[in-house]
Amino acid sequence: MTNPNNATISTIHLAEFTSGHALQIPTLRVLADDGTVFPGAKEPELSKETALRMYQSMTFIRVLDERMLAAQRQGRISFYMQCLGEEAATVGSAAALHEEDMIMAQYREQGALRYRGFSLEQFMNQLFSNEKDLGKGRQMPVHYGSRDIHYMTISSPLGTQIPQAAGYAYAQKLRGKANVTICYFGEGAASEGDFHAGLNMAAVHKAPVLFFCRNNGYAISTPANEQFKGDGIACRGVGYGMKAIRVDGADILAVYQATLMARDYALANNEPVLLESIAYRLGAHSSSDDPSGYRSKEEEELWRKNDPIARFRLWLLNKGWLDDAADKAQIEGLRQEILDALKVAEKIAKPGIEHLISDVYAEPIPELERQLSELKEHIRKYPEAYPITAGRML
Amino acid sequence: MAKMNMLQAINNALDLAMAKDDGVVCFGEDVGHFGGVFRATSKLQEKYGKARCFNTPLTEQGIAGFANGMAAQGMKPVAEIQFADYIFPAFDQIVNETAKFRYRSGDQFNVGGLVFRTPYGGGIAGGHYHSQSPEAYFAHTPGLKIVVPRDPAQAKGLLLASISCPDPVIFFEPKKLYRASVGEVSEEYYEIPIGKAEVMQTGTQVTVLAWGAQMETVQKAVDMAQAEGISCELIDLRSILPWDVETVVTSVKKTGRLVINHEAPLTGGFAGEIAATIQKECFLHLESPILRVCGLDIPYPLALEKEYVPDHLKTFEAIKASVNF
Repeated sequence: MTNPNNATISTIHLAEFTSGHALQIPTLRVLADDGTVFPGAKEPELSKETALRMYQSMTFIRVLDERMLAAQRQGRISFYMQCLGEEAATVGSAAALHEEDMIMAQYREQGALRYRGFSLEQFMNQLFSNEKDLGKGRQMPVHYGSRDIHYMTISSPLGTQIPQAAGYAYAQKLRGKANVTICYFGEGAASEGDFHAGLNMAAVHKAPVLFFCRNNGYAISTPANEQFKGDGIACRGVGYGMKAIRVDGADILAVYQATLMARDYALANNEPVLLESIAYRLGAHSSSDDPSGYRSKEEEELWRKNDPIARFRLWLLNKGWLDDAADKAQIEGLRQEILDALKVAEKIAKPGIEHLISDVYAEPIPELERQLSELKEHIRKYPEAYPITAGRML
Repeated sequence: MAKMNMLQAINNALDLAMAKDDGVVCFGEDVGHFGGVFRATSKLQEKYGKARCFNTPLTEQGIAGFANGMAAQGMKPVAEIQFADYIFPAFDQIVNETAKFRYRSGDQFNVGGLVFRTPYGGGIAGGHYHSQSPEAYFAHTPGLKIVVPRDPAQAKGLLLASISCPDPVIFFEPKKLYRASVGEVSEEYYEIPIGKAEVMQTGTQVTVLAWGAQMETVQKAVDMAQAEGISCELIDLRSILPWDVETVVTSVKKTGRLVINHEAPLTGGFAGEIAATIQKECFLHLESPILRVCGLDIPYPLALEKEYVPDHLKTFEAIKASVNF
């Protein structure tokens, strides 16, 4: 018998609802608060080298966030966004990928970017929108991107990367590449139409995407319970006919293991997988936000104890892979390195005026050339009003 | 050469593009086995397989987002939006993503090769949700290219140029001409450059400018004017973004008069943009005000469609008014 509705029909004869919370997806935890592995949990096979790279990516981001938020407060950069509390979610997932798997992030995934090898100088050049910024100084701070390390340039509109990830992964599949695309977004962005569009497209067209939802409790000030009514985000995957898994986002071993499993499954079956990381956005939404207006210090303190870095650190110490004193010294050194790099980056010139019109099209159209030459003429007339470009124009 | 209608010419262009480059992939609502509601993608799935020509769910923003992702990976998606009236759910993906992809990444990533094909315009008793001409919305978005063909041979050459273009293109297809417009079309691969207008008829007294389906309409008006002894220069703009300022300026400097026709509503329509540039470039050559013959500033009507459209008679009157100013 044909199935035109693409729905399995099992019949009942008395009307009854299925509850909106019938599906409650369990949360994977591997690493306990004391740094030991839960009984019954499977410790992922991690080499010392990889584990330390993960740890160092997390601590790097922690210190970078701290320094750059301070730099924003000092007025040295215009804007900043921290990853505080979600370092394990972003680093642990990135560590489970292959270097050529595409990363399409939202904007709070600097952990994944660092794990891939984005250098301190590259971070700084973007944050200061100087002429060495790979994005040519065109986007606000934290809109990173790097073709070399397969990290798609960040776009501010929320959720737009979700259907794009479906298309990217579909193209990878068509080209015969053994790669997945990971797509990060928050539980707030999951309310956007692009979430529905992207998950449905990926499922229907069998695109190997890992949809990684960072459920961190807040979308700016809006708490998750004012964002959606269902049980988290993971259960929605089932509605799209895809595998789903929920993990403790402060537990890097759980995140790593779940992402590894999702990657294997997605590649072997050409299917998307939805992952949901449960964590807490410990910092403000951005440097322009003040959480004291919408949540209590007590709530924050409670979650602060759930520090993903501290937990992983204990595991590494237990393993004997990390030396306490050396680690502390290394972090102290990192603070200085960041400060030094900041001082270098803020002195590098802004991009030249020709980059106003470059890359709008592959080649500037005649109208853009005309507008640029008109602008240059104007700047020559009032050079003091345009100090960034006036002195450097030929 | 072969006799083709516009749909056949578009289908032929897609066929050639898919044969030439295995990165070309066609998709959209009902585009797969069925070949599209207008049949523009007819037989392509049969020929190139389901992976390269397929149906999508009903999600224009999904189609656009998926196309952006594919193009960013390096393929050449040709995505169909079934009616231009339904392109608006994809507006964010097109305006904020497609158009800015190269720029915002500092040229690290781009979506060149991406083409949105979409039927636009009235004349099919479609009312306001199957008749709109939304080109002006997109013309306000740097990073996009916008092309509108007038006949089968143009449609084929411009579509092939769009697919090979390193920038994303919105390709508006005049749906009332899909079957009505028939002409000789070369069966070979050929491209018509984007951004170049075509002077279709030279004249001395007034320049008449339009694009797409309105070319038939203005041709009629020009014929009527010529019969009354008015010498008209007729230009098909072909590309809205970028538009060929030089060709229009050269013509208006010669004729001293300009009449612009488009089917979209007057206010905020692309004719306003053209008029502003031409008055600046040709101010001392103008013998009369630039006139716009456009749709009314109302949603596209149904029962009173004939009254709404900027038809040949309205255009004829404008030509006379321009010359007799």
